[in-house]
Amino acid sequence: MNSGLGDAADIFGILVSVIIVAAMLIWVERRLLAVWQDRLGPNRVGTFGLMQVVADMIKMFFKEDWIPPFSDKLVFVLAPTIVFITMLTGFAVIPFAPGVGIIDFNFGLLYFLALSSLSVYSVVLAGYASNNKYSLLGALRAAAQTVSYEVFMGISIMGVVMLSGTFNLREIVEAQRSGWFIIPQFFGFLIFLVAIVAESRRAPLDLPEAEQELVAGFHTEYSGMKFGMFFVGEYLGITLSSAVIVTLFFGGWLGPWLPPLIWFCLKTAIGILFFILLRGALPRPRYDQLMTFGWKVLLPAGLLNLLVTGAVLLSLHG
Amino acid sequence: MTLIIFYITSAVAIFATVMMITRLNAVHGLLYLILSLLSVGVIFFLLGAHFAAVLEVIIYAGAIMVLFVFVIMMLNQGQATIDEERAWLEPGIWIGPSLLASILFAEMMAVIMLGGSAATGLVVNSKQVGAALYGPYLLAVELASMLLLAGLVGAYHLGKPMLKKTKSGTKS
Repeated sequence: MNSGLGDAADIFGILVSVIIVAAMLIWVERRLLAVWQDRLGPNRVGTFGLMQVVADMIKMFFKEDWIPPFSDKLVFVLAPTIVFITMLTGFAVIPFAPGVGIIDFNFGLLYFLALSSLSVYSVVLAGYASNNKYSLLGALRAAAQTVSYEVFMGISIMGVVMLSGTFNLREIVEAQRSGWFIIPQFFGFLIFLVAIVAESRRAPLDLPEAEQELVAGFHTEYSGMKFGMFFVGEYLGITLSSAVIVTLFFGGWLGPWLPPLIWFCLKTAIGILFFILLRGALPRPRYDQLMTFGWKVLLPAGLLNLLVTGAVLLSLHG
Repeated sequence: MTLIIFYITSAVAIFATVMMITRLNAVHGLLYLILSLLSVGVIFFLLGAHFAAVLEVIIYAGAIMVLFVFVIMMLNQGQATIDEERAWLEPGIWIGPSLLASILFAEMMAVIMLGGSAATGLVVNSKQVGAALYGPYLLAVELASMLLLAGLVGAYHLGKPMLKKTKSGTKS
C-alpha cells in the first residue's frame, strides 16, 4: 500500500462526497431530462430548484414505512441495504488521483466486478421478499440479465488488462500515459458500456423495473426510506460505473494543466451525463431482444476482441 | 491482528454453514450459504491468496448463488415446502451425518496437529496463478474446459425445442 492512501480524511471525504453526489444526481437527472425534452423540470425549491433533493428527502423520511404483512420481513428489510453497501464499498478501489483513494489493491478490477455482481442480490431478494408477482417477475429479469451481462463485462475488460498487464486500477491509469485505452480497445469499450448499463439496470436496459409492464418491478412494495435506498443506490451505481469507465478507458486522472483530481471528477461527470442522456435518448428493448443481443452479439464480439488483442500483443512483444 | 480476524471470520463461516443446513426456508438457507462463501473469501484473502479470494466472491457468491436463488424463486414454494422440510429435518436424521462429519473433523485436527500450519504468509499474485495454471496444471485446465463445453452442449440440446415430438402434438 502507498503512503497517503486510506487515512481518515480520505475515507471520510470520499464517503461524504460520493453520497452527496449521488443525492444531487436526482436533481441533475430530472433537470437535464427536462431540458432535453423541452420542459423546465423542478425549479421551484431554492435556487434553480437545487433544494428539491432536500424536499424529496423530507418527504421520504415522513412517508409511512410499510412492510407488507405477506412479505418475508427480514429479507424485505435487508434487500435495499445490499445495493447501498456494495456500491459504496466499490468506491474503495477507485483511484481518484495519485495519493487520493482508500486502498491500493492489486486485484482492484476484479474487486469491482465482484461487488457489482453482489449488488444484484438487492434486486433479487427484494423481488422474492415482496411476495408480489410483479416484483417476482422484475427480480427474475434482473437475475438473468445481470448474470448474463456480467460475462461480457468480464471479457470486455480483459483487453485492458492485457495491454496494461495488471488488475491494479492505479497501474492501469499509469499505463495510459502514452495513450488512452479507448483507442486500442474501442470495441472492448463499446461492449463494456452496454454491459455496465445492463448491470446497473439503467434505462434503456431497465427491464427489471419496466413501468409499463411490471408496475415498478422489484420495488413495487417498497416505500419511504427503503425505496429511497434503492433510488440512491442506483445513482451510486451510475457514479461508480462512470468512475470505472474513466479509469479503464479514459486515462483516469491523467490530463494536462489541471490538477489530477479535477480531471478525474470532470471525466466522471461527463460519464454520468452520458448515462442520463442515454435514458432520454433510447427506447427500451424487449426482454428477449436483450438476452439474444447479449449472447449472440456481445459474447462473440467480446471473445473476438480478446483474441485479436492477444494476437496483436503477441506479435508485437512475443 | 490477522489471527483475530481469521478466528472471527472462521466463526462466522461455521455459524453461517450450520444455519444454512438447519434453515427450513430455502431462500434463508441460501442467504446463509452466501454469507459462508463470503467468509471463506475473506479467509483466502487472509492467507495471501488474493486472486482466489476475489474469484470466490465473483464466481460462487456472485454468479452461481444468483442462479440458485433464481431457481428457488421461480419455483416460489410457500408454507407447504417449509412444513415438508420440518418433517424431513427431525432430530433422528442428524445422527448419521453428524457421526461421519465428526470423523472428518477428527481427521482434520490430527492432520493439523501433525503437519503444522499450511499458511506461509506468502502473497500470490495473478501472474503466478496464471503460470501455474498454464504450466504444470495445463492438463487439468484442458479437461475442465472440455467438461464445461460438454455441459454447454448438453444444456443447448435440452433447451432446443423438441422438433420430433411436435408432429403428433401441438406446435412447439
